[in-house]
Amino acid sequence: MRPRSTSPLAHSSSPLPPPFSSSSPTDRRLNTLVRHLLVENSSSVMDSISASPTSAFHGDSVFAHIVRAPEDPILGVTVAYNKDPSPVKLNLGVGAYRTEEGKPLVLNVVRRAEQQLVNDVSRVKEYLPIVGLADFNKLSAKLILGADSPAIQENRVTTVQCLSGTGSLRVGGEFLARHYHERTIYIPQPTWGNHTKVFTLSGLSVKTYQYYDPATRGLNFQGLLEDLGSAPSGAIVLLHACAHNPTGVDPTLEQWEQIRQLIRSKALLPFFDSAYQGFASGSLDADAQPVRLFAADGGECLIAQSYAKNMGLYGERVGALSIVCKTADVASRVESQLKLVIRPMYSNPPIHGASIVAIILKDRDLYNEWTIELKAMADRIISMRQQLFDALRARGTPGDWSHIIKQIGMFTFTGLNAEQVAFMTKEYHIYMTSDGRISMAGLSSKTVPHLVDAIHAAVTRVV
Amino acid sequence: MASSMLSLTSASPSPSASLSTQESLKGKLKLRSSGLSFTKEKINPFANGKSFGRVSMVAAVNASRFDGIAMAPPDPILGVSEAFKADTNALKLNLGVGAYRTEELQPYVLDVVKKAENLMLERGENKEVIHVFERVDDLKLFLNYLPIEGLAAFNKVTAELLFGADNPVIKEQKVATVQGLSGTGSLRLAAALIERYFPGAKVLISSPTWGNHKNIFNDARVPWSEYRYYDPKTVGLDFEGMIADIKAAPEGSFVLLHGCAHNPTGIDPTPEQWEKIADVIQEKNHIPFFDVAYQGFASGSLDADAASVRSFAARGMELFVAQSYSKNLGLYAERIGAMNVVCTSADAAARVKSQLKRLARPMYSNPPIHGARIVANVVGDPVLFNEWKAEMELMAGRIKNVRQKLYDSLCAKDKSGKDWSFILKQIGMFSFTGLNEAQSDKMTNKWHVYMTKDGRISLAGLSLAKCEYLADAIIDSFHNVS
Repeated sequence: MRPRSTSPLAHSSSPLPPPFSSSSPTDRRLNTLVRHLLVENSSSVMDSISASPTSAFHGDSVFAHIVRAPEDPILGVTVAYNKDPSPVKLNLGVGAYRTEEGKPLVLNVVRRAEQQLVNDVSRVKEYLPIVGLADFNKLSAKLILGADSPAIQENRVTTVQCLSGTGSLRVGGEFLARHYHERTIYIPQPTWGNHTKVFTLSGLSVKTYQYYDPATRGLNFQGLLEDLGSAPSGAIVLLHACAHNPTGVDPTLEQWEQIRQLIRSKALLPFFDSAYQGFASGSLDADAQPVRLFAADGGECLIAQSYAKNMGLYGERVGALSIVCKTADVASRVESQLKLVIRPMYSNPPIHGASIVAIILKDRDLYNEWTIELKAMADRIISMRQQLFDALRARGTPGDWSHIIKQIGMFTFTGLNAEQVAFMTKEYHIYMTSDGRISMAGLSSKTVPHLVDAIHAAVTRVV
Repeated sequence: MASSMLSLTSASPSPSASLSTQESLKGKLKLRSSGLSFTKEKINPFANGKSFGRVSMVAAVNASRFDGIAMAPPDPILGVSEAFKADTNALKLNLGVGAYRTEELQPYVLDVVKKAENLMLERGENKEVIHVFERVDDLKLFLNYLPIEGLAAFNKVTAELLFGADNPVIKEQKVATVQGLSGTGSLRLAAALIERYFPGAKVLISSPTWGNHKNIFNDARVPWSEYRYYDPKTVGLDFEGMIADIKAAPEGSFVLLHGCAHNPTGIDPTPEQWEKIADVIQEKNHIPFFDVAYQGFASGSLDADAASVRSFAARGMELFVAQSYSKNLGLYAERIGAMNVVCTSADAAARVKSQLKRLARPMYSNPPIHGARIVANVVGDPVLFNEWKAEMELMAGRIKNVRQKLYDSLCAKDKSGKDWSFILKQIGMFSFTGLNEAQSDKMTNKWHVYMTKDGRISLAGLSLAKCEYLADAIIDSFHNVS
């Protein structure tokens, strides 16, 4: 008979209160409370501690101590929007592109690629390798780093297919928490709402660096340099490659060069989140410049790529994590360890979206057509910015609204506060996140006037 | 230096991958202290002689932050296919990963899946959420991303497939169902829930079990221990040992059970044994945690294969059930499955679902849509569903035929009197041959038969035509290697 084994954790001591081996519902409840009190940055502590009124009646349920989680703040906006019966309601919450008619868009190149897939009788649904579709990985690396990137030519880049941007960030975070000597990651203030949770659950500790300046509604460059300058050597730094979410405020190329020099001088490890390549300016190459600046200096970095927006593949969950390493040998060892992170998470990634991307990136005509469709999407957003700005000015709405046309990408950080946002939702059925972020992709020429009415009212009636 | 790093990793006694990473981390720290000379050895970008004079200055600055990272070993299951692909021998046979093959040993895309995909494209269903049942509210859900919990139409049909549409737990909304990344992803989500809400609770897993189970719980930081399961003497179930170990575990433990077609052994409890297992679980206030990766594939009947889960639910027990459509719908690469948590009340189910979502969001935000739509379209359409059942029976039938042929070949060729009947008694895609690691290696090195080192072979990768060859290989390895 084979000896029975137990996991390394079976007798582990953790920094949290020792687990009870008899996990009665009461014990579990107490444990949960204490754990939540001790867990840093637990914004939902109060939610967790508050008693569920019905739990007392279900003492026989092992889930009695589990309270209802609040809705995800970003995705929750759409849930609230859907419940609203008003005919003038406007969804400016989640960053999903909409046409002028307010409809989601499936790119023509995507339709054609999908048709190809369905027509190809030789296609099978065998498990992808743990690292994903090989062609997709190679093409994704080229897309972000440039086809002539020395890092790629020298085999110093490992690229693994992941579940869109989120999955790429999570796999990268878990990898760093296990293998990198510095467990702190610096994220910009503000940043995408999910970043903190992704990195915390990866096992990293999260700190922030100054980024947005509410006074100018632009970049607090001095603050950024100060904070990164005082970070411990080797710390990880999260950088939005382009079209910063939620502010839309990007450094200039000159500022990027200064950031790069500072990061390299302090041996900080850059981790790029690239969710909008091509969507920001309309040009895939221009939007990749900051990443390429870093890759060109021979240093190491991580890059999370998403095809959710720029190929409209949101629900397919297509993305990639690339790690640019010093040598090919390091890259190959790093890849082997990435596989150990992925296998116990979901074994191997989904094939459909990656196949679509590979078909498009591989075929010259489809690729060119894609760049045209991409530019059209970016142009529509730029046009919405102009229209909103012009309309606010024409209306005489108090304040300087020029940040609307200076910011870039899908989102505008309006500068409206939470009370003003709540007012706009209640009175004008405008759905947006409480930080004042609006998704320009959700606007159309027809709906700009309604939004202007709402902003005007909010700014003049609510402080 | 490099070799000492690798030996540290392979010397690690634990089967857990992450423990060996711990070892490699320790190794890395040791190496760091040896300073610059080590760094120079590891980094030799200029080894070819160019700019050699600048090496010492450059090396110190050019050290990779990932220098200390060791090469991880290949996955014990998925790595087998990679090794198989590299083998050029004409006789090679891949009995490693559990992926169904036709008699011609080709991968198989089910007809119903092709029909569903064509339908999906024809209907112009794009990247939006389209609900099979076309409720007006759903149509208003104009969203590119799936909700965090996945496609509602999929969640509905998957729970119904598992429990039966008329099951009270479904009618009373006591099941929290969340779309997950096939079986692995669903297990991982549940493990994360256990870690957060049942701190210190152990998961009891069978000895042996699917190779990735331990990795999942290790990475989720959930402690586990094994219960006896496989008895090599009888090549059957060590039922007494199993019951004793489940009884001996601390109250409130999670018991991981394979709903049908146990992987890797193919040995399932009888219905009577299932009842006794449920008894002892209830006695100890344990929580059953079913892994259902082969519904329909074990016996050929979707309902029969769900009997164990349904009998536990019928007792009013709360339970976890992970589902996968990788094998039974051949959707391996689409990564489609679900985590179902049966609770004693609809309120509890709603709360549990909300917390599962909260764990999924920082992992991948929301699950991939394509596989979910295929399942929703096949299982939700009566015509396609019936066609699926027929294809399912064919696949399970082919495996039963192959078992018979392999058994017949072994009996005909082996004169030692060894009892090979376990091949017929075991159920599902796999057979636990009883071959040990050395014998399994011989199968690969001499006979080019690829399998996992625990002696498991995937009958789904075997054809009738190859049964005799395999029989020769097994007999040779079994008798001539110790």
